Amino acid sequence: MNRAKFIASRTIGAILVLLIIAAACFAIFYLMPSNPAQYSCGKPCSSDRLAEVERYLGVDQAWWKQLFDFLGGIVTGRTFGSGAAAIHCDAPCFGYSFRLRESVTDLIVSRLPITLSLTLGAAVLWAVGGIAAGLITSLRRGTFTDSAVMGAAITGISAPTYLLGLLGVLLFGFTLNVLPIGGYIPLTENPAMWAFHLILPWVVLAIANGAIYARLTRGQMLEVLGQDYIRTARAKGLSETVVIGKHGLRNLVVPLTTLFAIDVGGLLGGAVITEKVFALGGVGTLLLEAVSSLDIQVIVGVTLFAAAIVIIANLLADLSYSLLDPRIRASR
Amino acid sequence: MPEDPPEPSRRSDTVWSRLRRSRPAMIGLGLVVLFIALAVLAPVFSAITGNSPYAYNPDLLGPDTSPAGHLGGVSPQHWFGVEPRTGRDLFAIVSYGAQVSLLIGLAATVVSVAVGVAVGLVAGFYGGIADRLLSRLTDIIFGFPFLIFAIALSATVPASFPRPLLLILVIGLFGWPSIARVIRSETLSLRERGFVRAAAAQGTGSGRIIVREIAPNILATVIVFTTVSIPGKIGAEAALSFLGVGVNPPTPSWGRSISDAISWVQVDPMYLIVPGMALFLVTLGFNMFGDGLRDALDPAEHGNENAAAADPMSAGGQS
Repeated sequence: MNRAKFIASRTIGAILVLLIIAAACFAIFYLMPSNPAQYSCGKPCSSDRLAEVERYLGVDQAWWKQLFDFLGGIVTGRTFGSGAAAIHCDAPCFGYSFRLRESVTDLIVSRLPITLSLTLGAAVLWAVGGIAAGLITSLRRGTFTDSAVMGAAITGISAPTYLLGLLGVLLFGFTLNVLPIGGYIPLTENPAMWAFHLILPWVVLAIANGAIYARLTRGQMLEVLGQDYIRTARAKGLSETVVIGKHGLRNLVVPLTTLFAIDVGGLLGGAVITEKVFALGGVGTLLLEAVSSLDIQVIVGVTLFAAAIVIIANLLADLSYSLLDPRIRASR
Repeated sequence: MPEDPPEPSRRSDTVWSRLRRSRPAMIGLGLVVLFIALAVLAPVFSAITGNSPYAYNPDLLGPDTSPAGHLGGVSPQHWFGVEPRTGRDLFAIVSYGAQVSLLIGLAATVVSVAVGVAVGLVAGFYGGIADRLLSRLTDIIFGFPFLIFAIALSATVPASFPRPLLLILVIGLFGWPSIARVIRSETLSLRERGFVRAAAAQGTGSGRIIVREIAPNILATVIVFTTVSIPGKIGAEAALSFLGVGVNPPTPSWGRSISDAISWVQVDPMYLIVPGMALFLVTLGFNMFGDGLRDALDPAEHGNENAAAADPMSAGGQS
């Protein structure tokens, strides 16, 4: 199969999966509850308002027509209601919050910079730190460094991020009083303060997630280092840097890419927790607010958005394999 | 503690003795046993100390409703101090919280292992269209934003649906893909082995081959996966309770206590540290024991590097 065909088939597959998930979400959240309009209206919900929301949603229509409107909204945008009172929601329309009177897409986009600052900064830190720790320990197997770093790794895996985060807030925020305990300063406003406010969340997320990278890197490296071609490379007199860097590390690219894609996909889930601990008003907080005020439009919208991120991350990882791994390239 | 695999006793002896020699595994086992005892004996402790996790003790609180006295109100009656605002006994909350954590964590693990093994066996053994469909489903669930979906679901499921059951189902039904993948790849390679083909050639039915020939050979993997996936399930329950969508108050839950502790962290850090340490230690215990068990059941990983490279299974799980 040539590359263009491969990319096209994977992309179509990803879009199909997203549509299936959207349909499943629709079924679970809009068809199961006895009255979805009740869940879209927010708290408190007057009877006038409920009737209005019911009209907008068209809950009296057949389920397949509602599903079609819902899926169509994601692809082409949709209009709730008709006439002068109509509300238009641009594509991709993940829903409309009748409580906040704003489209869910706009709500997500407005909160996204906070979540991205938090998660992408941490992701860079944990990937680099975790891989470095795994490499060092695999090369110093059985030494004190090895057991110390691996001991730290299992601690990092076992400690929930919110516990680490709160302990960090307690120690650095309150006791030592050297770091802010939360809050967000936009990058465009003051880059130094932006980073300063995010140091603690970044480090906490990096400790919790980097541990898995350290373990994976170490395990894979130990396996690779036992292979014959590594012995051959050493026997040829290649320097250790070339042996490790060129012949060894290359094998880790695919498993690490897979892991990173999974993590990037799961970032939003982790962000819900971290944002709560550090009082950052990102997409995760948007979701929790929607849960406490029972705004199902936002809840479903954020769920779909999170699913889309996962699917896109996996798609990119899939596509990158064919570039990264010559064996996969050959077999296609 | 581990169930002996139904293989010649010599092998389980060596597994157990290898496990015994691993100090981290034994510390992990100790922690696990300690917390199981804490959960099972929660009513006994409650009877000894006379503290119920639901009884308010406003007399133990200071004027700002934080616990009076040192270390969050530690006293001979209240071993771990009391909860701020209510004065409930923190030891009772932690021990009854252990029941909730372990019950939901273990039950969700059972659900996910059962589904994962079933899916992996069917996909690996039958191949073809069943494999393609199940593998695709596995991929979808594996990449699904579980936490977000669980939050969404717990917000919309009617309050009449029992919470612990909902948590068990949600956590269990999203947790199976990794074990399904491993079981699938093991079944795929077992299917081609001589003894399985011999059984098939004798006309043994598929169901019987799966139960009699394949199942015993994947048992070690299943045991390891069960152990290493427990801490993740316990953590998921705690995370959902932390986010306010777990078990309902006043049922004690470590995650909810930690969440409540956010607003008290400066005044009463013990309220964070006590349930936080309980959650950390039980997770650490299962992780350390699971790691040791994996090494003990898979000596290739533990031997010299060449042995690891020669083991075809160790690479199989990644694909």
